[in-house]
Amino acid sequence: MKAHYKKFAVMACALFMLGVGLWYSTRSTLNVSAAATGGITGTIKLDGTPPHQKPIDMSKEPNCAKAHASSPVTTETVIVGPKGGLKWVVVYISEGLDAATASQVPPAKPTWDQKGCQYIPHVISLDVNQHFQVANSDPHSHNIHPLPKPNGANHEWNRSQPPGTPPFDQVWAGEEVAIPVKCNIHPWMHGYMAVVKGPTAVTDENGSYTINNLPSGNYTVTAWQEAYGAQSQKVTVGAGKPATADFTYKAK
Amino acid sequence: MYSLTMNSLKPMRFIGSIFSPAIPFAAILGVVLAAGFTARAFAQDASDVGPQRPVVVKPMESHIGNVTGHAAAAKSDYRRYCAGCHGDLGDSNGENAVWLDPKPRDFTIATFKCRSTPTGTLPTDEDLFNTIGRGLTNSNMPIWNSFTRQQRADLVAYIKIFSPRWEKEKAGEPIKVPAEPPVTMESIAHGKALFAKLECWKCHGPAGKGDGPSAATLTDSKDNPIRPYNFAAGKNDSRFKCGGTNQDIYKIFMTGVDGTPMPSFADVIQPNDAWDLVHFLRTLQVDRHGKENEVLSAAHGVIPPYVDKTPAPAAAPADNKPPGDAN
Repeated sequence: MKAHYKKFAVMACALFMLGVGLWYSTRSTLNVSAAATGGITGTIKLDGTPPHQKPIDMSKEPNCAKAHASSPVTTETVIVGPKGGLKWVVVYISEGLDAATASQVPPAKPTWDQKGCQYIPHVISLDVNQHFQVANSDPHSHNIHPLPKPNGANHEWNRSQPPGTPPFDQVWAGEEVAIPVKCNIHPWMHGYMAVVKGPTAVTDENGSYTINNLPSGNYTVTAWQEAYGAQSQKVTVGAGKPATADFTYKAK
Repeated sequence: MYSLTMNSLKPMRFIGSIFSPAIPFAAILGVVLAAGFTARAFAQDASDVGPQRPVVVKPMESHIGNVTGHAAAAKSDYRRYCAGCHGDLGDSNGENAVWLDPKPRDFTIATFKCRSTPTGTLPTDEDLFNTIGRGLTNSNMPIWNSFTRQQRADLVAYIKIFSPRWEKEKAGEPIKVPAEPPVTMESIAHGKALFAKLECWKCHGPAGKGDGPSAATLTDSKDNPIRPYNFAAGKNDSRFKCGGTNQDIYKIFMTGVDGTPMPSFADVIQPNDAWDLVHFLRTLQVDRHGKENEVLSAAHGVIPPYVDKTPAPAAAPADNKPPGDAN
């Protein structure tokens, strides 16, 4: 009897290892094929007159006032390019991702910099558990204070970052579009961190974005803008040429 | 007989003819009033009936030394002593809350000011236990040291029922506070240099009076205006928000006061440097009798400029110094 059990255990072990091995190999091949296929590209526009962006008075922080003396900084709530393109819009896949693509965390470590009393970039989109760096390029202190929704996977924290301190590493544990970030010392400093699963992008000054590394399939793509909220549309991604998904927000 | 009866009834009819429309009114008014009083009586006297939204008392526990607190045991204490401000649902919407500044803690979001744990983490049971016993200076939270240790432990367990965070997470790892070095003028001078370099003065002001350039625009995490701590106010017995000992001050700036603009400095201050800052902060409490002020008055109130013996990174630009600071 005992010998039988031993044999059975060895067999079970071997089968299990084989299973894990097989799963692992298919997983990695899936990832490779996922990276090789399609993507989504598009332009996000604002229809109407964009709201006036107020110039920011940075006189309380002389360094920053001096840094922006030639071109005063304005709020960045609605930034529209010369052709009507809307900047700082987060675009991500809200439905249709397969488990492998959704769980993939990009190795890139983007930087969230504090420079001239502004967040560079003003909006960042990150993958869940993607590492990013918080840096301070200014010759004075900032406190970095993200305010996620209470009781979710992400929690509020607040850290001081004096000048000359090295960047520190952070991750967000759960999806959230988007986490507001503020500096209490400089109350005009506002930014957003969008945390999503799967490939994502933020529009540039022309309102353009490109999402890469998407396997062929049907997806819901969602755009989020800090003043105008979210919009979604269905997109079919095939191999080769990227699919197009344009959005238009109405100016309020 | 007949006429007599008629006669005796007549006055009744007379009264009835005048008041008949009023009688239903009076009856309704009576019933409504009675119902109203009954409801009020219920709300005041009975703990488990009346127009109360249900509170689900989860079987949360707290562990403080050898005392184990149980949420269920604190139900009546919470309703009697805490709910008036923190609300029956722990959401800081008690009936007194509108009159209070700063606002009562909202237990449903599980963000706590006084912790021994890093920013962003849950406090230990002991942290909450101490906060209840100590009260919060410059707020309406009184000192609840009239409670027994068991009562306080039960209340710590009770406030955990309001946020799901307590079921998903453990408290953070308490920061290590090294033994306090002796108070010397060198330590105070270094603390002063740190106060300038870390820009504590941006909010707390160059003399710690809570009047720094950023003080006026500060808001807490619920966008309510909030004032930075004024070190100079108060007499000999003045305390900090999270305690009165030097260890408490150490923890306040090394963990941050979550939910407020006060950040954590754990990443940027070395443990021994932190003690120097504590010693300097004590001298900002000008009316306090303590070792720090004794050392300072022995030197006739003059803090010499700190001479850094280790190579330091580039100094902050001249216009990033607190106004009126010669060092």
